Amino acid sequence: MPRTEAMIKQGLTLVDAINEALYQEMERDTRVVCLGEDVGLNGGVFRVTEGLQKVFGPERVIDTPLSESGIMGTSIGLAMAGMRPVPEIQFEGFLGPAFDQLVNHAARYRNRSRGSITVPMTVRVPWGGGIHAPELHSDSPEAIYAHTPGLKVVIPSTPYDAKGLLLSAIRDPDPVVFFEPKRVYRSHREQIPEEAYTIPIGEAKVVAEGTDVTIVSWGACVHTCNEALDHLPEDVSAELIDLRTISPLDAEAIVRSVEKTGRCVVVHEAPKTAGFGAEIATIVQERSFLHLKAPVQRVAGFDVMMPYYKLEGQYLPDAKRVEEAVMQCLAY
Amino acid sequence: MSHAAAELKMTTAPAPRTRPNTGGRSSDALPAATLVQWLRDMMLIREFENRCAQAYQQAKIGGFCHLYTGQEAAAVGTIAATNPDDPIVTAYRDHGHALARGMDPGACMAEMFGKATGCAKGKGGSMHMFDKPHWLFGGHGIVGAQTALGTGLAFAARYEWEVLKRPLANPGVTGATPAKKKVCLTYLGDGALNQGVLHESMNLAGLWDIPVIYIVENNGYSMGTAIARGTTMAHDLTKKAEAYGMRGEIIDGFDVIDLYDAFKPLVDWCRENQKPAFVDLKTYRYLGHSMSDPQKYRTKDEVEQFKSKDSIDRMAHVLMNERKNKDSTPVLSEQAFTDLQTSIKEQVRHAMEFAENSPVPDASELHTDVYLNPMPNLSPTAEYRHGAKNPLL
Repeated sequence: MPRTEAMIKQGLTLVDAINEALYQEMERDTRVVCLGEDVGLNGGVFRVTEGLQKVFGPERVIDTPLSESGIMGTSIGLAMAGMRPVPEIQFEGFLGPAFDQLVNHAARYRNRSRGSITVPMTVRVPWGGGIHAPELHSDSPEAIYAHTPGLKVVIPSTPYDAKGLLLSAIRDPDPVVFFEPKRVYRSHREQIPEEAYTIPIGEAKVVAEGTDVTIVSWGACVHTCNEALDHLPEDVSAELIDLRTISPLDAEAIVRSVEKTGRCVVVHEAPKTAGFGAEIATIVQERSFLHLKAPVQRVAGFDVMMPYYKLEGQYLPDAKRVEEAVMQCLAY
Repeated sequence: MSHAAAELKMTTAPAPRTRPNTGGRSSDALPAATLVQWLRDMMLIREFENRCAQAYQQAKIGGFCHLYTGQEAAAVGTIAATNPDDPIVTAYRDHGHALARGMDPGACMAEMFGKATGCAKGKGGSMHMFDKPHWLFGGHGIVGAQTALGTGLAFAARYEWEVLKRPLANPGVTGATPAKKKVCLTYLGDGALNQGVLHESMNLAGLWDIPVIYIVENNGYSMGTAIARGTTMAHDLTKKAEAYGMRGEIIDGFDVIDLYDAFKPLVDWCRENQKPAFVDLKTYRYLGHSMSDPQKYRTKDEVEQFKSKDSIDRMAHVLMNERKNKDSTPVLSEQAFTDLQTSIKEQVRHAMEFAENSPVPDASELHTDVYLNPMPNLSPTAEYRHGAKNPLL
């Protein structure tokens, strides 16, 4: 939607940035439709699609029943026919009912039909914890989808990245799961270009340059890591990498950094075992083994279900845990 | 109704209907050549499936193989009622739909053989027949999953006609200009009646007036389970359509002309009014669910009973005895029928030879078509290939 006075003065939140991207892309390309539960009249559970239905009409911003499998499957059919659907699944836990459609069909159509039928669909999913919601509304299932060939998995952490990556995702010829960190939805404001711009999917960003240790993260945890940087002793020079996309993964950026620093700490919200951090640790040892001065550290959620809000802070990696892992890595 | 009673109901072949000669039926307007073509299409599917069975026994076809034998009239009669650019999507018993839609039998057979010349370059197999130029959006291995896809395809067709007012740019697809009213045929088996996604799809279609027709090819068994043992209201499936606010019809799928006459007005109605519908299409499969099915769930007598009203026999009889040219000769002579048999055998034999002689896909094909562009650092790249040497080792 056009920018408000507040946005012009104070910058855009992640919600504003995604809304702006949707607005601009729907204006540019009539094949783009948004569909999901309460995305129209109500503007979405997190108000990300606020106002779009008024501008583009109910035929392009479509309120659906509570039918995740139907939403996903219908979107796949739309994409197969040549449209650019952007379904919203309200919370990452609700991907469960749509899992068959996403993993067994959306991801595989190009390959199954040997390139004749494709699924250019962007599934927007509010993702991750930290907003005092219970399990299924706070999970981080990104590794499951990164483990699915045929899907791309994008997780922006800032308004600037969210806008540019979403525009890339919608224009991408393949299905993209676009995880939006709920914790960041309204926590940061940023001045970003008003005109449409894209950020290539699959390129990591160096948030802070450093020489002693590489911290790799994505989503809301990038902000946790940033906070940790402030607490580190002054003589510690840490490099922070925001992956932005975990599939395809910018392994070069990680390797380049680790070969410079010799140390790596991966930080994510998802449970530790078989989390995406394990993949990163493996890539680092496969490709940068001789450069390592210490074992790769993982700071992650515990191998439990996401707890209800009173224990949320115990579960989510915080700056303290990141700081400890960095210091252990340095002391090795 | 007890299960026993319900099963009894299923094991009785419906009595052959006498065709009312009341005039005004859709098929009356069709030239004899069209009817002969339907017979030919059904015979082609039958012969094709027979040869599939042989090839499967000889281990030339991998994976699984679900044959359409007995159900030929269902695909031929329904597809005959569509336009060539109406999208269709189906389940895994899909060879019949592919052939009825016009797929080259060679490409269809080569696909099952896993050869590079297959309709999906030998990557999909029996359950994954794709033919985009013929608007066939695939067979499907997950029961019922295609119902949501069909809903989306129909939604896109309606969007194209109503909102865009121009065809979607769709490379590889012909015949799409200008945007016009379309109907999407979405086939499912009776087993898919009990999958959640069908009900979500029907609700969406009913809610949004999506021009999709859910065609239940009701052969009475979901794998080895008789319909009434697994499905409520099996005696009147149209109640399910009613619940989703759409037209529901029961159509006899044993006589292709009757089937067409019942189905064509429904397709036309859905197209004109841009509305969904649901069809309980009664049919029967002569062979097992797949190639390894002990068929303990039915008797040989039951199968024989259905074979006695075989749709191909019936159609051949109609064309050779009932339908007459102006000079009172039958529209299909004995000789023409024999020629038809010969040409079909020849055509399928060619398809087998084509499949047999085609090359297997190059190993490099393993890494293609996962994404449009090769993605660095995903495993389908040379870097992560099996056996690639780690430079550090």
